[in-house]
Amino acid sequence: MATRRAPRPLVVLAVVACAITSIPLLYLVVRVGSSGLDELTMALGRQRIPQLLGNTVALATAVTISCVALGVPTAFLLTRTRLRATTLWVIVAALPLAIPSYLAAYGWLAAIPTMNGFIAAWFVLTLVCVPYITLPVAAALRVATSGLDDVARTLGYGPVRSFLLGTWPQIRPATLAGSLLVCLYVLSEFGAVALLRYPVLTTAINQAYGSSFNRNYAAILATVLVALAVLVVIAEQSARGRAKRRFTAGSGVVRHSVIRLGRWAPASYSLVAIVPLLAVGMPVGVLFYRLLQAETLRELNVTELLAATANTLALSIGGAVIAVVLALPIGVLAARYSGRIVRVIESVGYLALGLPGIVVGLSLVFFSLAVVPALYQTAIVLAFAYGVLFMPKAIGAIRSSLGQVPTSLEDVSRTLGYSTSQTWWLVTARVARPGILAGALLVAVTAMKELPATLLLRPTGTDTLAVELWSRTSASAYGAAAPYAAVLIVVAAIPAFFLSGARRAATEDTA
Amino acid sequence: MVLGISGCSTSGQSEVTSGAPIASDGRLTIYVGRAEDLISPLIDQFTADTGIEVSARYAATPELNALLLEEGENTPAQVFLSQDAGALGSLRNSGLLTALPATLTSLIPAGFTSVDGTWLGVTGRARVIAYDSEKLTAAQVPDSVDELTSADWKGQVAFAPGNASMQSFVTALRVLEGEDAASAWVGGMSENSPVLTESNNATLDLVNAGTVKVGLINHYYWYEKATEIGASNMRAQLKFLPGDAGGIVNVTGAAIMTGSDGDPDALAFLEYLVSEKGQRYFVDTTYEYPLLPGIDAPAGLPSLSSLINAGLDLSDLDTLSQTQALLARYGLI
Repeated sequence: MATRRAPRPLVVLAVVACAITSIPLLYLVVRVGSSGLDELTMALGRQRIPQLLGNTVALATAVTISCVALGVPTAFLLTRTRLRATTLWVIVAALPLAIPSYLAAYGWLAAIPTMNGFIAAWFVLTLVCVPYITLPVAAALRVATSGLDDVARTLGYGPVRSFLLGTWPQIRPATLAGSLLVCLYVLSEFGAVALLRYPVLTTAINQAYGSSFNRNYAAILATVLVALAVLVVIAEQSARGRAKRRFTAGSGVVRHSVIRLGRWAPASYSLVAIVPLLAVGMPVGVLFYRLLQAETLRELNVTELLAATANTLALSIGGAVIAVVLALPIGVLAARYSGRIVRVIESVGYLALGLPGIVVGLSLVFFSLAVVPALYQTAIVLAFAYGVLFMPKAIGAIRSSLGQVPTSLEDVSRTLGYSTSQTWWLVTARVARPGILAGALLVAVTAMKELPATLLLRPTGTDTLAVELWSRTSASAYGAAAPYAAVLIVVAAIPAFFLSGARRAATEDTA
Repeated sequence: MVLGISGCSTSGQSEVTSGAPIASDGRLTIYVGRAEDLISPLIDQFTADTGIEVSARYAATPELNALLLEEGENTPAQVFLSQDAGALGSLRNSGLLTALPATLTSLIPAGFTSVDGTWLGVTGRARVIAYDSEKLTAAQVPDSVDELTSADWKGQVAFAPGNASMQSFVTALRVLEGEDAASAWVGGMSENSPVLTESNNATLDLVNAGTVKVGLINHYYWYEKATEIGASNMRAQLKFLPGDAGGIVNVTGAAIMTGSDGDPDALAFLEYLVSEKGQRYFVDTTYEYPLLPGIDAPAGLPSLSSLINAGLDLSDLDTLSQTQALLARYGLI
């Protein structure tokens, strides 16, 4: 936005945050470096590599497009229309995030066993990824003005055209940030694509660990994923750059009209209901059906369930706090300053998100043993791992919400005699709060269902809900898994609830 | 029994270490590459019987294998209980396993345990054909995997080419029938529109749902699923393949990490696994083959001696990598 030089302390903080999240990339350099040139050429020359690469790109592209197509209208309905029980719908819209993608795939497979290949993977991953668009776009819409739409309407444009001219440029950064998360998520996803038999790079990485015990080959494939992630991040940045040139939000007035649904009500309710129903209702329904059908049931150990719930909450909240602390300097830098260094710092911050959890988990094993061996296999390292893994999820939300705080507001604050830090707390952080909270929510919810890194890094004997779920489904005990899946979703609804609270606060602030 | 391609890979480093024997501290850390629900009752029983407190870390075998390789000598693990022999072979090649006492390794017949005494075979799983009993009778299911390359089975065979136990079957095929025959089989299967999955469980689900007529899996997955939904509700049924390379036996195994060489608690656990009590636990709970001679196989299973075990060193990664090269050549992995 501004072309001022970034203050040095901020750049230093951002560089440190960026270095921390680059641990997985450094690890890959070490691993790929220890494989010979022969191994490298042979790995990349395998007959299946072009197919795996093509499949990976096709899936990531298709899922991103469909998530935008579903997520933007959903966010609009949640924030700009008179839906009944809006708070409930906001929570419901976030729920698919609580479903591990392999569980969604499992649910659909149980119902339709013939599901497989591209269409199946595209369908299931779209369901679980839509909230990555819905949440940041809804956060952006809450602080966006619809005044420009009104201006467009008075100039004779239709409602859709006016939205595209007035509101869309204000939510475009959030849409792009969400798309980036979806795209990187699909690049790194393993569970669902494996079950739905769609071969991509991550399934090949898993085979490299699972049958060849070949860490170097796995690292080479993971590096290909990083290269793809670089392309995706650059594409998002250049798209965002164009958006900035086309439009700058000048008005500090946050005000928007609320639309009555009228005859659009049935279609609107269907849209906000369909994704959560298919993504959450289906797999949970199947698990409970299995629970009723099961002939032998292992007794539900309530103490174990409660302990796993407490562990899950504590670890994911810790992870969210660490992630937001790491993401803030990068997000502020990216929102307020431009230039090559800023772009590089921001891009590198995102890359680890394109890597499958097992690679990131191993890199943190490597790192913590080398640097803080005393903390190895403690909750601290695991929470730190969540922070590193999911920090990029917070960057976009923070950056796009800060981007909507007009610098003129801060200038006013300073002319009134407030210091830079007072201005930050009183003005910037306050206006950007919904976005920062949405970022923390995304991190917490994702951390709750995280499995591969948790299995590698957790303190021995500490179980989370996702671990308990895995432990049961991996032994075909789907019925016994049902209570854990249900509690995971209930627990994940807590951050979703806080998000809706943030929404109310934001509405009051601007009323 | 031992046909022996015992060509114990090039990397046979010596794990012999000297020094004073470690005293028992009554505590043991184990990495378990199998489902917690299956193994934790056994560990509880071990603690009750011996007084040794166990701290167990559960994850899938590939993850724990990668974890152990990453941790190297810094691992807190003293014992690794692995779902397959290949993972143990990769740890041995990295010099992370100790040599076990011969009194222990000699309990398990050759072919079902390590060639060099670095790991101990614990249980066996037979490769089988799972078939859709609504479309096929047992007699219509081939007695040999050789027939599955014919046009009759086009698009009807599911398997997990990246799975370790599937790959050791292909290795057995190479050893038993020769490289040309194995290459012909893999090529024939790849052209027969196979349905490729990522796991034995996923393969079984496809057969159980009637999506494919047959699947190549390990026998014990069927029993796991039957425990969950009831044997009478299983649409998939198993055909064992006595005398066929497609019906070989894979093993699960345990090893002691270098840092715990000679640790009495670790040795006690391995002894427990292959004790009568330990072996019976597996027979009753997981329906796997006991490897200790004299313990009966689970009811309804053909005897272990009727199934071919090529005396393969299932942990020999050199021959495994040749198998993978073969599968890669036909685009299966």
